[in-house]
Amino acid sequence: MRHTISVLVENEFGVLSRVSGLFSGRGFNIESLSVAPTLDPSVSRMTIVTTGDDQVLEQITKHLNKLIDTIKVIDFTGTDYVERELALIKVNAEESLRAEVLRIADIFRSKVVDVGPRSYTLEVTGAPGKINAILELLRPFGIKEIVRTGPVVLGRGEKGGKG
Amino acid sequence: MKKTGSQILLECLQMEGVDTVFGYPGGAVINIYHDLVDYPGLNHILTRHEQAAVHAADGYARATGKVGVAIATSGPGATNTVTGIATAYMDSIPMVVITGQVPTPLIGNDAFQEADMVGITRPITKHNYLVKDIRDLARIIKQAFYIARTGRPGPVLVDLPKDVQVATHTFSYPDKVELRGYKPTVSGNIRQVEKAAKMILAARKPVIYVGGGATLSNCPEQLRQFAETIQAPVTTTLMGMSSFPSRHELSLGMLGMHGTYYANMAVTNSDLLIAIGARFDDRVTGKIATFAPHAKIIHVDIDPTSIKKNVRVDLPIVGDLKDVLQNLVRKLAEHADEVADMTTETESWRRQILDWKTEHPLTYQPSETEIKPQFVIEKIRELSNDDAIIATEVGQHQMWTAQFFQFTQPRTFLSSGGLGTMGYGLPAALGAQAAFPERQVIDISGDGSFQMNSQEMATLVQYGLPVKIVILNNNYLGMVRQWQQLFFDRRYSQTVLELPIDFVKLAEAYGATGLRADKPDQVEETIRQAFATPGPVIMEFKVAREENVLPMVPAGRSIHEMVLAS
Repeated sequence: MRHTISVLVENEFGVLSRVSGLFSGRGFNIESLSVAPTLDPSVSRMTIVTTGDDQVLEQITKHLNKLIDTIKVIDFTGTDYVERELALIKVNAEESLRAEVLRIADIFRSKVVDVGPRSYTLEVTGAPGKINAILELLRPFGIKEIVRTGPVVLGRGEKGGKG
Repeated sequence: MKKTGSQILLECLQMEGVDTVFGYPGGAVINIYHDLVDYPGLNHILTRHEQAAVHAADGYARATGKVGVAIATSGPGATNTVTGIATAYMDSIPMVVITGQVPTPLIGNDAFQEADMVGITRPITKHNYLVKDIRDLARIIKQAFYIARTGRPGPVLVDLPKDVQVATHTFSYPDKVELRGYKPTVSGNIRQVEKAAKMILAARKPVIYVGGGATLSNCPEQLRQFAETIQAPVTTTLMGMSSFPSRHELSLGMLGMHGTYYANMAVTNSDLLIAIGARFDDRVTGKIATFAPHAKIIHVDIDPTSIKKNVRVDLPIVGDLKDVLQNLVRKLAEHADEVADMTTETESWRRQILDWKTEHPLTYQPSETEIKPQFVIEKIRELSNDDAIIATEVGQHQMWTAQFFQFTQPRTFLSSGGLGTMGYGLPAALGAQAAFPERQVIDISGDGSFQMNSQEMATLVQYGLPVKIVILNNNYLGMVRQWQQLFFDRRYSQTVLELPIDFVKLAEAYGATGLRADKPDQVEETIRQAFATPGPVIMEFKVAREENVLPMVPAGRSIHEMVLAS
């Protein structure tokens, strides 16, 4: 089962490797991980997407909590949350295809952020499913390169942690 | 007044009440050693290997309950500490290891004797630090000691670059530790404790299963009180060994791979297993699917990650064992009548266990021609002081000690449980003896393990540490040979230590005393003589070569499927 976990950690060097080392050292898989400082510059928020059954997830959250640098761990599974991911997609856009690519971009409220003689680079944000969907539609044109941030998540309303 | 980084470090150690440090100098810690001369309150013991310095700090910590401290230089000195740190980590031993590091501008440049110690020790420390700024030093040392000894204890490494040791700053030691993410749960949830009391009162075949946590939490007294209140038999792991008196009528001895028949049978047939500071190691459980198949499980541990890691748990209680056991006994006292009913109901269970004890006691075949290793252990127990501290290496001799020594006092058994580190015993004994110069300290070893850190004989002699060393010499790597005999068609591949080492001469080469016994009738006299001789003594016993540790649960089998006799 897919789980999205938010981890508030001390913003210090070496913390990322502690967290990722915890996963690799125990054979747990990280699907995606994004990290940046919060409003409080001494605190960073990591959003980690991982998979595993309940027992694996219980171990993961316990081990994350056990790290000295961890301030708070929130597993969003089963709760109400907003989830967004950013992708940059460089897609083939020969003369004859340009209009069609733009039409798809428009439907997904995606922006063109760079134009080359034979390509567009699109910026698209949304839940991972939306990004997968635009990728599927663009695939026939020929996708040259993509980069995805992995999801970031906040609880709706009062849910979630401060920072 | 401004002080250098190395002076600040030494001041901090003093403020933490450290009286003994174990270490080995080098270029990257030369400033610390230079200033150490001005701190006569810090007794420094120079081992002959950094691994031994860490094991010695570990032995010191296990015997005293205080935080052990070791110092090593950067690079090879620091990497030599890794086995010792991993040993302490697996057994949750409070320890602070200081390593030197190349100057901060050179870090990451493959400088001479550089190694990324924070990276290397990340998976084997409770926490670690690289001090990049002298202004952080005092705070980091304060935090390191706090983290090492609180919650589930463990080793903390502080990597200290040379330029930080040389830099100067005003020294002020923080009063308290501020760590917003680290707040160990000490008090067990009282509702969970109430539930536990109910489960206990409903049990008809309860067993208490005690691990190393009981020693770490200093709760042998509360444990005994709890066991006696509910009249439940107590089995301990190797790490829990000295926290419940072996000769107590409720004692079942050790369980698991080389556990007693009656401990393994009791666990297999129990209807309630109360795990106290134990982590269900695979050497204890054997095949998980058939471990305690009829039992509900209560698991008390200060570390939530230990709970439900290996086995299903019906009732978890996170908290310090001393606190939880006290509350549990108090709760049970409120139901004295029900406790009385319960202990009456469980009489047949205790009778059943007594039958198992009588049917299959721990035993061995005595001999008049060959020295049996178990016989040596029994004689050591008989002739040593009641509060003697016993360290072991790892292997057959370790299991025989666990089976036949019968510990009665807390913190008297120092052994590498989780990591199974050969070469642990001699330096650990050294550390314990440094902590307690007047107490009897004995290292029980095999000829294989002893040779992993035998250079520490020099340290014993130099500091006049009168450790008595027992070598059960069978010219084999005995435990592996036993496995090869039983499960690998007797192909003794690379387990024969052909060269007959003269351990008596080895002792003499270091300026210690060496004694040897070849025949059973020399055993007692050899031990008496060794105990009467001042200073370190090696007792070499030429023991029956192919003696096996029994009972034995073959790896991967259920714990009631024991091999009882050869």
